[in-house]
Amino acid sequence: MDITSSNTTWTDICPINDLTPDAGICALYNEQQVAIFLCKQSSNVYAVANFDPFGHANVLSRGIIGSTEDIIYVASPLYKQRFNLATGECLDSEEHKIKIFNVRIENEQVQLKEAS
Amino acid sequence: MSKQRIVVVGNGMVGHKFIDTIIGNDETKYEVITFSEESRLAYDRVQLSYFFSGKTAEDLALTDAAYYEENGIKFVLNDKVVDLDFDNRNVITASGRVESYDKLVLATGSYPFVPPIPGNDQEHCHVYRTIDDLEDITKSGETSKIGVVIGGGLLGLEAGNALVNLGVETHIVEFAPRLMAVQLDDGGGSLLKRKIEDLGVHVHTEKATTEIVAGTTSRYRMNFADGSHLETDMIIFSAGIRPQDELARKTGIPIGERGGIVINNHCETGVEDVYAIGECALWENFIFGLVAPGYQMAKVAAAHMHGDSDTEFTGADMSTKLKLLGIDVASIGEVHGKTPGAQSYTYHDEIEQVYKRLIVSADGTKMVGAVLVGDVEAYGTLLQLKLNDMKLPANPSVLILPSSGGEEAAGMGVDALPDTAAICSCFDVSKGDIKNAVAAGCCNMGELKASTKAATGCGGCTALAKQVLDSELLSLGFEVKKDICEHFAYSRQELADIIRVKKIKTFSELLVDCGSGLGCETCKPAVANILAAYWNEYVLEDAHVGLQDTNDNYLGNMQKDGTYSVVPRMPGGEVTPDGLIVIGQVAKEFNLYTKVTGGARVDLFGAQLHELPVIWKKLVDAGFETGHAYGKSLRTVKSCVGNTWCRYGVKNSIGFAIDLENRYKGLRSPHKVKFGVSGCTRECAEAQGKDFGLIATEGGWNLYFGGNGGMRPRHGDLFASDLTDEQVRTYVDRIYMFYIRTADRLQRTSVWLENLEGGIEYLREVILNDSLNINAELEAEMESNVANYQCEWKTTIESPEKLKRFKHFINSKEVDTGLAFKVIRGQRFPLAKEIEITELVE
Repeated sequence: MDITSSNTTWTDICPINDLTPDAGICALYNEQQVAIFLCKQSSNVYAVANFDPFGHANVLSRGIIGSTEDIIYVASPLYKQRFNLATGECLDSEEHKIKIFNVRIENEQVQLKEAS
Repeated sequence: MSKQRIVVVGNGMVGHKFIDTIIGNDETKYEVITFSEESRLAYDRVQLSYFFSGKTAEDLALTDAAYYEENGIKFVLNDKVVDLDFDNRNVITASGRVESYDKLVLATGSYPFVPPIPGNDQEHCHVYRTIDDLEDITKSGETSKIGVVIGGGLLGLEAGNALVNLGVETHIVEFAPRLMAVQLDDGGGSLLKRKIEDLGVHVHTEKATTEIVAGTTSRYRMNFADGSHLETDMIIFSAGIRPQDELARKTGIPIGERGGIVINNHCETGVEDVYAIGECALWENFIFGLVAPGYQMAKVAAAHMHGDSDTEFTGADMSTKLKLLGIDVASIGEVHGKTPGAQSYTYHDEIEQVYKRLIVSADGTKMVGAVLVGDVEAYGTLLQLKLNDMKLPANPSVLILPSSGGEEAAGMGVDALPDTAAICSCFDVSKGDIKNAVAAGCCNMGELKASTKAATGCGGCTALAKQVLDSELLSLGFEVKKDICEHFAYSRQELADIIRVKKIKTFSELLVDCGSGLGCETCKPAVANILAAYWNEYVLEDAHVGLQDTNDNYLGNMQKDGTYSVVPRMPGGEVTPDGLIVIGQVAKEFNLYTKVTGGARVDLFGAQLHELPVIWKKLVDAGFETGHAYGKSLRTVKSCVGNTWCRYGVKNSIGFAIDLENRYKGLRSPHKVKFGVSGCTRECAEAQGKDFGLIATEGGWNLYFGGNGGMRPRHGDLFASDLTDEQVRTYVDRIYMFYIRTADRLQRTSVWLENLEGGIEYLREVILNDSLNINAELEAEMESNVANYQCEWKTTIESPEKLKRFKHFINSKEVDTGLAFKVIRGQRFPLAKEIEITELVE
C-alpha cells in the first residue's frame, strides 16, 4: 500500500462499508478535505473538495445529494448552492467551481487519486 | 345640429345614473340640466346607515360639482320643480326659474309614508330618508334615552341600527306579525326577531299605534290598539315608501290608482317626451323600491332617447341580501306560498341561529324562492339558479345544508352559469363581461372592479364575482403549480396522502412509486419529515440519513462556520439548579458560546461534529433530552409559574406546560411549532403569539390557535373556551395532527389556518363536530407518535454504528483545522471571512 503523496497512485481511504448510501463523508487526503458520496441508484462514487466557497466552511460532505435532469449534484448545507459532483461546477454561479478527485472502489476499499 | 336639451327633475341615485348614462352615450349631443330640492348632489342612499358609523356626506356622494361641470351638466340645488308647461316645453321651479326642455325625465323618487297617527308631527318624530333626516335624528338622539322605530321592514331595521349606534335603548314596533314581512316567511322572521333581541333591541310585533301623547317617564307615550303602551323620547317612522308623484298629479300626467307615474317598457309616461324612472315610476302596476331596477330604468330611458327602441324595461328581480344590525338576511324570488304546488326544504339551526328555506316548484326541478337568515353564503348560487331559471340538482337540499368539508354544492359551480347571467345587478355586469375583462388582462378583484365596476355598488356580489374571476383565470391556465419539485408532480399534502395510504416507509420506495430522478434538497427533507411524522422512527436510520438536512442528521443546528448548536430540552423552561450546573460545566469544558434563548432554555454554540456525542452523553446522563431545536417539530412550551407561585395565577400553567411539552416533543411537522401557557389573563407567557396558546380562566383553559411571531406577527384565533386539561389534550391532538397531515412544506400554522377554506369555523367543525369523520384516526396517530417517542440523542450515543458518523474525517482522528474564533465579552465567536465582528469588540 502506497501512502506517499503521489499524484499518480491510488490511495486507500476507508472500507466501502463506511460510506452511507446517498449521503456523504469527509476524508483527509494529501492534507486536503475531500467529500465522498455514494449514489445508490447509479452505484457511482464521487469525490469533491469539502470546502464550500460560498460559506467559507468545510461542510460539503454534509450536504444533500440531488439530481436535476441528468446532473447529479450536492447542495451545500449552509446556503444550498449546488455543485455538479462529476465536474465540480456550481449550478448556481459560473464563477465558482470546486476541485474534483478521482475515486474508485477496489477490493472493498474506497480509493482516491488526484485528478489529472 | 343643435344639442338636445334634457331636463332631469330629481338628482337622487337614479337621476344621477340616468345623467351618467346619457352623457356616456354621446356627450356632444346633449345638454343636460338637473334640479334637486335637496342641498346635495346625488349620494348613496343605500349606504345611508353608514352615516352613523362615521361616514360623512362626502363619503356617500356619488358625484360632485366638478364632475358635472367638466361634463357640461348644469345643476340647480335647493330649488324644487313645482310646475310643468307641456305646450311650451318648460319646467318652472319654486323660485320662479323657467327652463325649456326637449326631453323631460322625472326621477323624483319616493317619500317616507308616515301613518296618520295623531301626534305624529311632534319635534322628535322623524323619517329616515335623507342625510338631513339623519342629522335631525342625531340631534334628537343627544337628548334621548329611549327611541322607537315604527316599522319592522328593511328600512325600519336600518333605522333601528341607527338608534343602536346613537346609544339609545332601541324598540322596533311592527304592525305585522313578523319582521320584514315582505321578504321573509314566518320561520325567517321569527329567527331574525330572536337575533335582534339578542342584541338588546326590543321588538314588538302586531302592535298598531293609535296615538302619540305626552309621556310620564319619557318625552312621549305611544298607545297601542290592544291597550298596551310604550314610553319613548324619540320616534322614527319607517312604515314604507310612497312614490313622489306630486308634480305629475298636478300637471295631469297619468298616475296609478294607488299612486306612481305610469310608464311603458321604454319608461315613457302618458305625455310625449316625458319619461319617469325609479321609485316614482309605476310599471305594470308595480313600484320598484330598490335601486337596481331604478338603474335599469335609467339605462332604458337613456337608450330610448338615443334612438334605441329595442332596450326595454321588462320588470326586475326583487331579491335582496343585506346586513341588518350585523345580521345577514337574504330573500330571493317568491317566498309566500303563492306558487301553486310549491314545496320547500327548511334548515333550521337553533344553536348557531341559522334559518334557510328553499322553495321549489311542484315537480322539484326549478327554484321558486329562498329565505336565508344568519348565513347567506348560498345567496349567490341560489340567486343565479333563480334568475337563469336553471335546473336544480337531483337533491336540492344540498344547496342549503351546511357544507361538510370542501366539496362544492353539487354541480352548482359558477361554470354552470350562462354568460348572460347577471353577476352584479347594481352595475349590470354579466358573467360574460367578467370573462371579457379577464381575457383583456384582468387578474384580480381590484382590476376587475376598476374595469367593470362589478362589486362596487352594494358589494353583495363580491364573493360570486371572485368565483367567476377565479374560474376564468383557472380556465386560462393561471393555475398555480403546487408540485413540490421536479421529482414529484405532487404537493406536500398529496405526497403525505400517498405515503400514508400506501404505507410507504422510505424515500426510495416513494421515488419508485411516483417520482423520478434522485430527488433533491427540497423533496428529500420534506419526505423525511412526512415519514417521521407518520411512522416516527428513529431519524438516523440508514434509509433516512441521506434525506435530511444536516441539522436533522447531526441533531443540531449547523452554524455559519460548520459547527453545531446544542440545545437540551427544558420543558416549560423549568430547570433544577443541578441541571443548570451540568449545562454550565459542559459549556465550560467544550468552550461553547452560551446564551439564554427566547424560548426559555439555553443555547450552546460552537460544538464540532466529534464533540457532539461526548457533550450529549454528559447531558443525557444528567437527565436532559434533546430539545429538537434542529427539527421541524415542537420547539418550546413557554409558560409562567401559574398558581403554584404567582399571587394572581388561576391554574397550574407550569405543570400543564410541562405535560404538553412532554406529550408532543419529537413530533415532526411541516414547520416548527411553539406553545405558550399562561396561568391567568395577564398572559405573561405570550400564549397568543404561539401556534398553540392556552390561557387559564376561572372557567378553564381558553385555547388559541394560529399565533405567530417572526416576520409576520399574528395573534392566535380563539378556538374554544373553558376547557378541561383533558379537552385541551384531545383538541390539540386533533388539530396538531390535522395540520401535520394537510399543511404544505414549511407552512406555519398561522398561514395554514389563513389558507384553510372556512378558517377557524371550519376547523371547529372538523375538530369539535368531527365533520370529516377523522378525529378517531387523528387521535390514534397522535397516540402512536407519543408512544414511539425516543430521545434521538440517547439512541445515538448508545449505538457505536451511528457514532461513526460523528467525526470530521472518516479516515483520521484529526479535527477540522479550518475553524477560527475570536473572544468577545468573555466568550468565543466564529471568525469567518465575512462576519463583521470587529464592531462588536470593545
